[in-house]
Amino acid sequence: MQEYRMHLMLCAGTGCVSNHAFDIEKAFKRELEKHNLQDEVQVVDTGCQGFCERGPIMIVQPGDIFYEMLEEKDIPYLVEEHFLKGRPVEKHMYVPKGGENPIPKLSDIGFFKKQKLIALANRGLIDPENIDEYIGREGYSALAKVLSEMTPEEVVKEVKDSGLRGRGGGGFSTGTKWEFAKNSPGDEKYIICNADEGDPGAFMDRSIVESDPHVILEGMAIGAYAIGATHGFIYVRDEYPLAVERINKAIKDAREYGLLGEDIFEAGFDFDVSVSRGAGAFVCGEETSLIASLEGNMPEPRVRPPYPAVAGYKGKPTNINNVETWANIRHIINRGAEWYSSIGTETSKGTKVFSLVGKVNNTGLVEVPMGISVRDIIFDIGGGVMNGKKFKAVQTGGPSGGCIPESLMDTPVGYDTFAKIGSIVGSGGMIVMDEDNCMVEVARYFLAFTQQESCGKCTPCREGTRHMLDILTRITEGKGKEEDLDVLEDMCGLIGSTSLCALGATAPNPVLTTMKYFRDEYEAHIKEGRCPAKECKSLITYTILEDKCTGCTLCARDCPVTAITGERKGIHVIDPDICVKCGICKAVCNFGAVRIES
Amino acid sequence: MIKYTLNGDLVEQKDETTILESAGRNGFKIPTLCNNEHLTPFGGCRLCLVEVATERNPDMKKLMPSCTARISSGLIIDTNSHRVQQSRRFIISMLISRSPKAEKLREIAKEIGLPEERSELSPSEKYLLDDAPSIVTTNCILCGLCVRACAEIPMRDAISFSARGMERMVKTPFEKYAETCIGCGSCAYVCPTDTITIEEVV
Ligand SMILES: Cc1cc2nc3c(=O)[nH]c(=O)nc-3n(C[C@H](O)[C@H](O)[C@H](O)COP(=O)(O)O)c2cc1C
Ligand code: SF4
Ligand code: SF4
Ligand code: SF4
Ligand code: FES
Ligand code: FES
Repeated sequence: MQEYRMHLMLCAGTGCVSNHAFDIEKAFKRELEKHNLQDEVQVVDTGCQGFCERGPIMIVQPGDIFYEMLEEKDIPYLVEEHFLKGRPVEKHMYVPKGGENPIPKLSDIGFFKKQKLIALANRGLIDPENIDEYIGREGYSALAKVLSEMTPEEVVKEVKDSGLRGRGGGGFSTGTKWEFAKNSPGDEKYIICNADEGDPGAFMDRSIVESDPHVILEGMAIGAYAIGATHGFIYVRDEYPLAVERINKAIKDAREYGLLGEDIFEAGFDFDVSVSRGAGAFVCGEETSLIASLEGNMPEPRVRPPYPAVAGYKGKPTNINNVETWANIRHIINRGAEWYSSIGTETSKGTKVFSLVGKVNNTGLVEVPMGISVRDIIFDIGGGVMNGKKFKAVQTGGPSGGCIPESLMDTPVGYDTFAKIGSIVGSGGMIVMDEDNCMVEVARYFLAFTQQESCGKCTPCREGTRHMLDILTRITEGKGKEEDLDVLEDMCGLIGSTSLCALGATAPNPVLTTMKYFRDEYEAHIKEGRCPAKECKSLITYTILEDKCTGCTLCARDCPVTAITGERKGIHVIDPDICVKCGICKAVCNFGAVRIES
Repeated sequence: MIKYTLNGDLVEQKDETTILESAGRNGFKIPTLCNNEHLTPFGGCRLCLVEVATERNPDMKKLMPSCTARISSGLIIDTNSHRVQQSRRFIISMLISRSPKAEKLREIAKEIGLPEERSELSPSEKYLLDDAPSIVTTNCILCGLCVRACAEIPMRDAISFSARGMERMVKTPFEKYAETCIGCGSCAYVCPTDTITIEEVV
C-alpha cells in the first residue's frame, strides 16, 4: 500500500455533498497535481462527520486540523500554504459564536469535545466505500472473535450484560430481545435492521449507514449467529439513495471477502443480507408494519403479542433492531460488556446519537454518553441558542416525544429520566426552540404530523388525533374555548392507552408536555386571544413605530400585497385589513421600526 | 390446564383461546365491532379492550384487545373495570361522532351504558357527541370486516383499504367495478353498519 504524508478527510455525506463537496474534491485533486503532491497527500471521501451545518468540511491528518465552509476559490491558496508550506490557513477554521480566535484543532472545538464516539467510532476516519479501511480499524474482528471463541449463549449474555437498550425508540433491552428470539422455536429465523428513520429532522441512522456501512453488517452477522438466523434484511427509507448505494456496495465487498455468504471464517456459519427500500410512510418503521411491508403486504401495524421474536417475518422468529443499536454491537464484543456498562447511568448505558437541530448555533449529529445533561448538549456542544435569543424548550424524541423546558435543562439524558418528565429519548431527535416559538403551535405541528401519518387502522389514533388537531388549530387561530384544555387532557390520556401501536399511543406526548410546562401560553390564546411568542398569525398584527420610521419606503416597496402606505421621508402605515402577515416588512426594515403585536 | 383470574374469580380452562372467547364462556359479554369469530382477528376498533395484569406484576395493568389477546396462566383480567368502561365510552363516542347515522353504534352505546344525560358525560365524550365538527359522511367505521370476509370466504380480494388516516376507505381496485366480485354478498352480510348494498349488475 502507498504511504502518504498527509490525509485530507473530506466529508462526502449528504449534507456536504449538497454543499458541493465533490467540486471541492476536484479542486483539491487538481491543485495537488499542479504541485506534484498527489503521491504525498491523499484525499479520502468520508461519511458525514456530524457538523453538516458548517459544510463542506474537512479534517487534515496528522494534525487534526479542521476546515469548514470550504470554497472552491480558496483551494489553490490552501494547498499551497498548508500542504506545501505547512502553514494551516485560518480563513476556513472554526470560530465559536461570540469568540474571535479561530480554533485549529478538531479536538478543541466545543462541538466535538464533549462527544464520545462508539456508534460513530469511524466517523471521518474511513472511506465508507472501502472495506479495507473498515478492516484496518479492527473491522470484522468482533465477528471473527464471536465465531471462533464464543457460543451463541455467550454472545447473548455479553450483549445483555452490556445494558444496551434499543436505539430505535422503544428502549427495550437488546440482549433480552436476542434471548427471546434465540429461545423461540423455529427452523428458520431472521434478522432485520430498521433503517426506515422517519422522524422529522432526524438523520442519525442515515449518517451511520452512509459513513460506516460495514458496522451494520458486522453487527447483524453477530446477531444472526447469536439467535441462529441465516438471513438478514436491511429496510432502508426510500428517500436515502446514498445509504442504499453504500450498503449495497458494502454487501458486495463483504461477500467477496467471504464475510457474508456460506461458511464465514470457515466456522460453519452461513449468513447473507438483502436490502429493501421502505414503503414511504412513517408507520412503516414500526416493527410489525415493517415486517408486513417486507412480506409484500400492506404496511400496517398488527397487535402484539405475538412479538416478532416469536412470529415475525413469514411467521418465523425474527429479531429486529435499529441501525444505531447494531452499530454498538461490535464494540461491545471487542471491548466487553463491563467496559460498555461503565459508560452512562444506572439504567441507561453507553452513548446515544442525537440530531441537534432548530434554533441552536451548532446544528449537527452528536454522540454523547448517557447521563450528560440536556444543558451540556445544547450549550457546550450546540453552542447555545442562535442570535442571542432566549432558550425556551427542546423537543426530544420527535413527534412521539415531549418538550423539556428551561427549568428541567439539567436532566441527565436517559430512558427513565426523560420518561419521568414526560418526554422520551426516542430515536434521538432534538429540536431546540427559542422565545419566538409558540408552544401551542409546536404541539399543533407535531400532532399534524402524527395525524397525517396515522395508518387509520385503529379508532383512537385515526379519529382521536384528528379531533385533537382540530382543537389545537382552533386555539392557534384564537377560537379556543375554556373547556378545550379539559377535552385535550382527557383525550391525551385515552388515546395514549387505547391505541394499537406506539404511533397513536405516543402522539399525545407533545400536547401533554406543552400543556404541562406552558399552560400559560395555552391560556393566553384562549382567554386573551393573544399569542405570547407572537407566532400565531391569526393573533398578531404588524405595526410601524412612528418614532423609528425614517420613511425610507423600503417596506412599502417590498410588501407583496401593498398593505403599506406613506410618503418618502414620512411615517409609513400598515393597513391591517390588507396585511397577510408575511413578515417581509419587519425583515427588510433597517431601523427596527416594524413591530409585531399580540 | 390454564389457570387465570377473570373479574376476581379463578378460571380453569383446557384450551387456549382468546380472552373474548374465554370470557364469553364464563358469561361475561364484551362488546366488539371489528371481530367475527369466522374471520382473522383485526384488533382495530378497540372496543373490546380489557384490563390485563399478571400475578407477578399485578399493578402493571395494560389495556389489551380481548379479540386478539389470548389467555395464559397467571393472568389477571378485568373485563369491566372503570378504565375499561371509560375506554369503551371513548371509542364509541368517537365512532358515533364519525358516523352519527349508524344505528348499531347507538345500540352499543346503550348497552355499555353511555349516559344520555349530557351532564354525566366526560369532557371528551361531550365534545365528541355534541361539539365536534363532522368531516366524513359515511356509515363505514373502517372495521375491515368486509375486506376480511371477501378475502377469506369467497377468497376474492375484490375490496381493500386504500389511503391512510382519516382518508382511509374501503374500495374496489382502481375504484372500478370489481371484476373478481362474484356477488356473494358476504361483505354486506358482515357489515355492522349496513354500509354495503349489493346491486345486480347485468
Ligand atoms: C410509528 C413508529 C415508527 C417507528 N419508526 C422506527 C424507525 O424508523 N426506525 C427504528 O429503528 N425504529 C422505529 N420504530 C420502533 C420499531 O418499532 C422497533 O421498536 C425498533 O426498530 C426496534 O429496534 P431497537 O430495539 O434496536 O430500538 C418505530 C415505531 C413506531 C411506533
Ligand atoms: S395507532 Fe395509529 S398508526 Fe398505529 S395502528 Fe392505530 S391507526 Fe395505525
Ligand atoms: S422600512 Fe422601516 S423605516 Fe423604512 S418606511 Fe418601512 S418602517 Fe419606515
Ligand atoms: S363497509 Fe362495513 S364492514 Fe366494511 S369496513 Fe366499513 S363498516 Fe366495516
Ligand atoms: S454531511 Fe458533512 S458533516 Fe454531515
Ligand atoms: S373487536 Fe377487538 S379490537 Fe375490534
